[in-house]
Amino acid sequence: MIGNFLDQFWSLTFGGLSLGFIYILIALGYTMVYGVLRMINFANSEIFMVGTFATIIIVRDVFNFTQTSEYATGFRLWLILGTALVFAMVVSGVLSMLVEIVAYRRLRRMNSGILAPLISAIGVSMVLAESVRILTDSRPVASPRAMEKKFLGQFFDAGIRIDNTIIVISALFLFGVLITFVNKTRMGKAIRAVSMNPNAARLMGINIDGVVSATFLVGGLMTGAAGFFYVLKYENTSSNIGFELGIAAFTAAILGGIGNIKGAFYGGLALGLLETYASFFLGTQWKAVTVFIVLVLILYTRPNGLFGEALTQTRA
Amino acid sequence: MINLRDKGAEIWERQGRLGRIGIALGGVAIAAALPFMGGTILNTPIADYESVLVYPIAMYVLMAIGLNIVIGKSGLLDLGYVAFFAIGAYTMGLLGTKTSLNTWEILPIGIAMAMFSGIILGVPALKLRGDYLAIITLGFGEIVRIVALNLGALGRSEGIQGIPTPPGIFGIEYAFDSHRIYFWTLLILILLAIWMVRRLSVRRAGRAWESIRQDEDAAELLGVPTFKYKVWAFVLGASVGGAAGVFYASKTLFIAPDNFTLQISILILACVVFGGMGNIWGVILGAVILGYLPDRIRFLSDARLLVFGLVLVIMMNLRPDGLLPRKKREKAIVKKDAP
Repeated sequence: MIGNFLDQFWSLTFGGLSLGFIYILIALGYTMVYGVLRMINFANSEIFMVGTFATIIIVRDVFNFTQTSEYATGFRLWLILGTALVFAMVVSGVLSMLVEIVAYRRLRRMNSGILAPLISAIGVSMVLAESVRILTDSRPVASPRAMEKKFLGQFFDAGIRIDNTIIVISALFLFGVLITFVNKTRMGKAIRAVSMNPNAARLMGINIDGVVSATFLVGGLMTGAAGFFYVLKYENTSSNIGFELGIAAFTAAILGGIGNIKGAFYGGLALGLLETYASFFLGTQWKAVTVFIVLVLILYTRPNGLFGEALTQTRA
Repeated sequence: MINLRDKGAEIWERQGRLGRIGIALGGVAIAAALPFMGGTILNTPIADYESVLVYPIAMYVLMAIGLNIVIGKSGLLDLGYVAFFAIGAYTMGLLGTKTSLNTWEILPIGIAMAMFSGIILGVPALKLRGDYLAIITLGFGEIVRIVALNLGALGRSEGIQGIPTPPGIFGIEYAFDSHRIYFWTLLILILLAIWMVRRLSVRRAGRAWESIRQDEDAAELLGVPTFKYKVWAFVLGASVGGAAGVFYASKTLFIAPDNFTLQISILILACVVFGGMGNIWGVILGAVILGYLPDRIRFLSDARLLVFGLVLVIMMNLRPDGLLPRKKREKAIVKKDAP
């Protein structure tokens, strides 16, 4: 068993890393909203699901790929991937903003605690998941493969696959952009201010509704990118996919310390690797159990997650 | 907005002892007569009306009352309530098929198992802060389902079949298809649960929960053993869920992990919040509506969950405190001061 594990260690690690980066991006959708509103963005999982479908629409319907067409190469390939990524991000980002307006805004103004918005967000996610389920006849949808999944090289015994590489590099890039946005821009500063103290921020003339909208938009953009990467890696999706990945990503956000952007990063990585290793040793059916036991242990020793809470700490 | 809760409370408080007994008996009689109203507008197209009354409606009501102790009374967000339901059901399934115990003998065992698991989960989880409790309980709900799905002894995905029906009691026979009898039995369980919650609410436990919900730190400083009462709320909530589970298994005769998904936890939570957290009548109303609605609008077939989701969004936006919100304490105090 251990020998086997060492043989496969690097290929497992690469798989786990790319899964981890997908988790990071979804977890950002949870953590940004939590940091600002102190509310669980329950609909984020369905926003991810819509992101996967947006990707497939571009690849299959706009660029007319089928299961039998030849792989795209060169400029055309990058054009397709780029369009799909941007489209998935924009669709998810805008949808996320709409979700905020429909499910949260009114309740937020009424100051109605955290449970009422939670239920209304659950309602919105049911509407999203069910609409897509009806549109797809409850069937999983396979994405045609636009890119040949060749190996870029070898690292010890493991091949470095091109899709995993793209995921890791672009996710790192997006994460860097997000950090810069939150730390360096005016809007980022406003987001941090609202997260620190909404009332003081309002007194300083910050438009709270605008900041909350921006937060949902940014969270949705990241989550939509995760949808694109998911389709790139696994090449299929279905209307009920959001739930499972959403729970995992939410766990990742908590693991790192919810509300903390860097926490989402390390939490996502840790969860991706942990899940991959755990499924190797115990079989895939036990991976969720392992993950939750680890989560309980971590919360027990570090009650605020690995990196503590709050968006405000990203300054450090 | 009219507060139906306060109107109802006013009428109740104006009655003497006899009037109150009359109202209570009237309510029970109406509930007990529900199975005979299949011919009226209440009828559910496609689904069998009387079986809808048993599951989901009566089951949801029972579970919502249990969950209300945890969320509504003491303000602890539990997203994995289905775990206790599943534990009760699997206790019934295992003991009912492997031993000669009958449903009535297994009922206390199932309740005890659920309470025990409530302690196992509650003692570590309740030391954590609110939002983390949500994810830990959510995880627990999933773990119970995954264990049931993967352990050979629990039948994996096939579940447990051939669970016996309850044996006759007081000359009443529990045939598999006589839904009325099950409904009335559940009604008795529901009344017991209501009685338990109402008695507890006005005693030390109820006051402790109320103080924990409003401000846990202040309660602790004033000498309320908050941790102890939080575990108690958790365990009592679990016991009601366990009872519902035992009875559910004994009614459907067949259980599988698919019956105990996270969706159930979320639906029950929706019942509690939708109806009006903390107010037991609101919670019951919420559970009745949310249990009944998907079957009533079954003619929409594919779109029914979509409509259900829409109803949740719209209702929460119109009445964020639920249909029948809890009595506003502040209001009551003002009234007392002004003669």
